[in-house]
Amino acid sequence: MSQRNNSDWNEAQSDMRQMLIVLLLLGVPTWVAAADGNDILQSKCSACHTTTKPDNPGLDHIWTRQGPDLHYAGSKFRQEWLVQWLQTPSRIRPAGEFYFKHVKAGSGVDEIDESTLQPHMKLAPDEARAVAEALMKKTAPADVIPKGTYRDEKTNMTMGSMFFNKLRGCASCHQSAVGVGGNSGPELYTASQRLQPDYVYAYIQDPQKIDPHVWMPNLSLSQTDIQRLTSYILQLSPAQTSKGGGQL
Amino acid sequence: MKLQRVVVLGFLFALFDVSGVNAADDLSHPEKLYNTYCAQCHGLNRNGKGINSPQMSVQPRDHTDAKGMGDIPDDELEHAIRDGGLAVNKSVLMPNWGKVLSDEEIKELVKYLRAVCKCGNKSEGK
Repeated sequence: MSQRNNSDWNEAQSDMRQMLIVLLLLGVPTWVAAADGNDILQSKCSACHTTTKPDNPGLDHIWTRQGPDLHYAGSKFRQEWLVQWLQTPSRIRPAGEFYFKHVKAGSGVDEIDESTLQPHMKLAPDEARAVAEALMKKTAPADVIPKGTYRDEKTNMTMGSMFFNKLRGCASCHQSAVGVGGNSGPELYTASQRLQPDYVYAYIQDPQKIDPHVWMPNLSLSQTDIQRLTSYILQLSPAQTSKGGGQL
Repeated sequence: MKLQRVVVLGFLFALFDVSGVNAADDLSHPEKLYNTYCAQCHGLNRNGKGINSPQMSVQPRDHTDAKGMGDIPDDELEHAIRDGGLAVNKSVLMPNWGKVLSDEEIKELVKYLRAVCKCGNKSEGK
């Protein structure tokens, strides 16, 4: 009996050790990664991006920052996109951020001054995952990017295209297919992979409420218009032909 | 004695700003506003050839065009900036900036546009 008890006790101890190892393997690396994410943000990202909300940013903030603000990244980006993009970054705004600093007067029209545009740093896979996780915790106040405003409904792409290109003039600054549209705003044919729908909705509704003094106009659009444009933008894709998606 | 006279003259120059440039004519703020919001379409040279212009179906206005700009009164320029192109029977591609810029900033921009076009200052409607 006593031998059996000892045997049970040893077995239980062995089980506990195994459980402890499993917990350590599962739990500790997650904790370490989260801490690293904030450390990486501080050491590698904060020279170009704000990671905490600035107090009353003026127009100068637009002129002095080197990249988009990240203090509301958790309400803006899709985490899986962040993980990928941070490892293989590509330019999202054809004329960079902020456009005026990367444009030169050409012989005819202004041109993008490629010599002023630096490639974004690449992160290793574990760093990218840690940074994405840390960024997703940086959310905007609920009244700035409200949740649930966008209704997940498809819009007619021909109608959407007409509003995007002709009636509301979004294509003046944004590209709806590769090389189709303007250069001063971010490309939108990757928006569905990159952005959260409620962010797209809130940004169209009032860009300066999210990003004070940004160079996108507030068109005072109706909710119907914003819903239609958001849905259209989220249906665009990099494989889109000019038909329906990109025609001006 | 000569030195004193120079100092006094310098003081008077500073006091009355005889250079003709006073705070009201300082265009550095509207120039910065123009570079932030307008240059993306109207261009670095203010000639309507901005980085967004190549694919636009209606070309942005050339602000250096003294004749074209001279025909537009100040209140119409203000109206166009505040309420957009449609409000003055022009293109929808000119957005309304009234939610982004204050009335004062829009007035400053109109003054700046007059300096760019070198085309006077019309305050009355056509």
